[in-house]
Amino acid sequence: MISNSDERLVIKPKSPQPNKIKLHEASLSRYMIIGVLVSLLLITGYTLMHLDAAGVRINDAVRGLMMTLNQMFLQPSAGSDGMVLLLQALGISLLLSIMTTVIGAVIGFILAVLASKNLTNAYLGSGIRTAMAVVRAIPTIIWVLIFSIVCGLGTNAAILGLSFHSVAYLTKAYSESIEEIDQSTIEALKVTGSKFWVIVFQAIWPTIIASLVSWTFIRLEINFANAVAVGAAAGAGGIGYQLFVASGMSFDFHEVGMIVYLIIAVTLLLEFIAVKLRKAYIVK
Amino acid sequence: MQTPVNYLARKHWKQTGIIALIGGIYLLSSYVLKFDGLGGVIAIPKAFAWLGINFRPTANSTQYLPSIWQKLLGTVMLAIASTVVASIIAIFVAILGSKVTGGNSIIQTIVRGIASFFRNIPLVAWAMILLFSFKQSDFTGFLALLLMSVGYLIRAFMEIIEDEASETMLALKATGASYFQVIFQAVIPQIMPSLISWILYMIENNVRDATLVGILTGTGIGFVFDIYYKSFRFDAAGMTVLSIIIVVIVLELLSNQIRKVIL
Amino acid sequence: MLEVKHLEKSYQKDKPALTDINFSVEPGTFVAIIGPSGAGKTTILRSLNQLIKDDGGQILLDGGDIRTANKTQLRHYRRQIGMVFQNYNLVERLTVIENVLHGRLGYKSTLAGVFGRYTEEEKQEALTLLKKVGLEEFALQRCSDLSGGQKQRVGIARSLIQHPKIILCDEPIASLDPASSQTVMQLLKDLTTEFNIICIANLHQIGLAKDYADRIIGIRHGKMVFDEDADTLSEEILETLYDQNATEELG
Repeated sequence: MISNSDERLVIKPKSPQPNKIKLHEASLSRYMIIGVLVSLLLITGYTLMHLDAAGVRINDAVRGLMMTLNQMFLQPSAGSDGMVLLLQALGISLLLSIMTTVIGAVIGFILAVLASKNLTNAYLGSGIRTAMAVVRAIPTIIWVLIFSIVCGLGTNAAILGLSFHSVAYLTKAYSESIEEIDQSTIEALKVTGSKFWVIVFQAIWPTIIASLVSWTFIRLEINFANAVAVGAAAGAGGIGYQLFVASGMSFDFHEVGMIVYLIIAVTLLLEFIAVKLRKAYIVK
Repeated sequence: MQTPVNYLARKHWKQTGIIALIGGIYLLSSYVLKFDGLGGVIAIPKAFAWLGINFRPTANSTQYLPSIWQKLLGTVMLAIASTVVASIIAIFVAILGSKVTGGNSIIQTIVRGIASFFRNIPLVAWAMILLFSFKQSDFTGFLALLLMSVGYLIRAFMEIIEDEASETMLALKATGASYFQVIFQAVIPQIMPSLISWILYMIENNVRDATLVGILTGTGIGFVFDIYYKSFRFDAAGMTVLSIIIVVIVLELLSNQIRKVIL
Repeated sequence: MLEVKHLEKSYQKDKPALTDINFSVEPGTFVAIIGPSGAGKTTILRSLNQLIKDDGGQILLDGGDIRTANKTQLRHYRRQIGMVFQNYNLVERLTVIENVLHGRLGYKSTLAGVFGRYTEEEKQEALTLLKKVGLEEFALQRCSDLSGGQKQRVGIARSLIQHPKIILCDEPIASLDPASSQTVMQLLKDLTTEFNIICIANLHQIGLAKDYADRIIGIRHGKMVFDEDADTLSEEILETLYDQNATEELG
């Protein structure tokens, strides 16, 4: 019943060509993909072969890790610090991330408007973009350490450091959204003689609000992770600091587990809100 | 009744409300965190002035360059290796778990759960836990970055597959092609550029994160910076930051060029 | 010959998407299915090659029931049924000829298909088919560089290389400009006669359906409203399909 219905077709290869038929031509993009993949694999191979494991025996280490993970995730407890303190610290980290995101969003939007190719003159734009690229290139943790020399270790340095990186990140993200706007929307308002910032808030803002919200929430998630990180690595307080103390000084992995659960709860909450908000704005 | 007039009025109130909300959040956070806004603003020029004086690499600090660049190169290679291994794991898991190419809904849910779990455990926690078992070594840094990247890449790859490959996948299924033929002839070629774009992005990101992991686990460029910083050799610390800036920006420019060609 | 008997489908309980669809088509016939959006045209078409699992009925291709086929048998049926999509569904990054050859995957071993190994005969046939659809000089171009009409012709070539008994066209011209639409419809009509195959197309445009199809099936609310020769189809019957009053009466 089921048969290859070759016979029913009129077209048959008349004479097989002497040369093989090519399926694709050599193209730059093809070479680039292969080149990138091969070089990445080579670098990886080389790195892995020369990786210094400090003489740790993998079996023992893995067994130790399993034990640690077991303590963390199956027997979490608030430990000597107590739940109240941990929740307070969690609140501080969350507040830190919200505040730095707000600062980043406000300053970032203004800078993004000034940096977008379709809105401003080329010199100002490329100047801001270059400066922001440099700011972004420096890891958040180093920004915090730099500010902590002037402000002293603590939340002030963390706020400044996190804000710096947020501004740079959001400037880039926002200005890319702005540059995607159809030029005619802007021109339509320009011909009415509207002032620059009127155009920005009447035409640009409403057009890109969905992607603004989306990017801002992505940054909020990043900032929360960063707030935890700088708390641990720069002693800037919050839940990250508690995490650092529990895992690096008192070695209470039950408490580490509890802290990780708390952090996961917050990140999941942020993710949930982000998804809901994105849906709400896309529907509109 | 929705009239244009009260629609605009409501919109106006909504805007005012949002501005008030943002201001409120700022003030409340400042109060709770005891953030001195004015002091903070003043601190910025002070910090830069201080940077200008102390972080300025001197003739003397060029002696640190070889060791800085050696560590930096090591860090970049570590970031690449962890990203590549993570992507290899992630692409298999993503194919298993995506709505388009995946198994049944139980497998999909499990994969999503695992990805979310790995992604949401903070990098700091990974670094510290691994440090405890694997001690102070590059391998610890590699593992921390790997575990973190896997979570991110699984989610990213699943989204790419669902966005970009579902239609072609359907077409090949309709020709009677088998599952693996569809994966290799339709899905992989279709998503390859986005895949590479994400891998490059993750490498850039991992170079930055490697600094953090390095400070915590005592490896790579982060460790070097930490040592100079804590021993007040700020000119060397400045040199380190400068080197990081150069490497990250070069990587970014390079990836942008690659993206332009392959897309 | 394709026979569809008592085909049923509902996506939600008590909300049938298709009820009691019956028709049969002889080889060499070009059938257009028309009807308002959401009437169930796509559901019918995708049931025919089981991309959508229907709920009941029979779909017989030369007497064998596609609905009850097991996995391997289904693949064997599917390779005899070509499909052309509204959005072409090509692998945009691959070349035109590679996309055409995808139509051969159903006939190949898994491994040969995975690595994209095709015989010279298959490649030659792909070129011949590309010539037939007027794209032979584009064989080595990437599909992303083609226009919509050209992409659709690649899609048609891809279905032809399957040596199909049926070609299903899901809104084949909905994304095309009028001139390209004419070209594609003419091509489908010619191929139907030349290869003596069954071609079933979902269409929005009644005019084009009357111009090119041999038979027109009207669908509304998941039910067949008429099944007529394109030549004898009268305006009155057509009106029943879109008439606002009739809709209200039914509701």
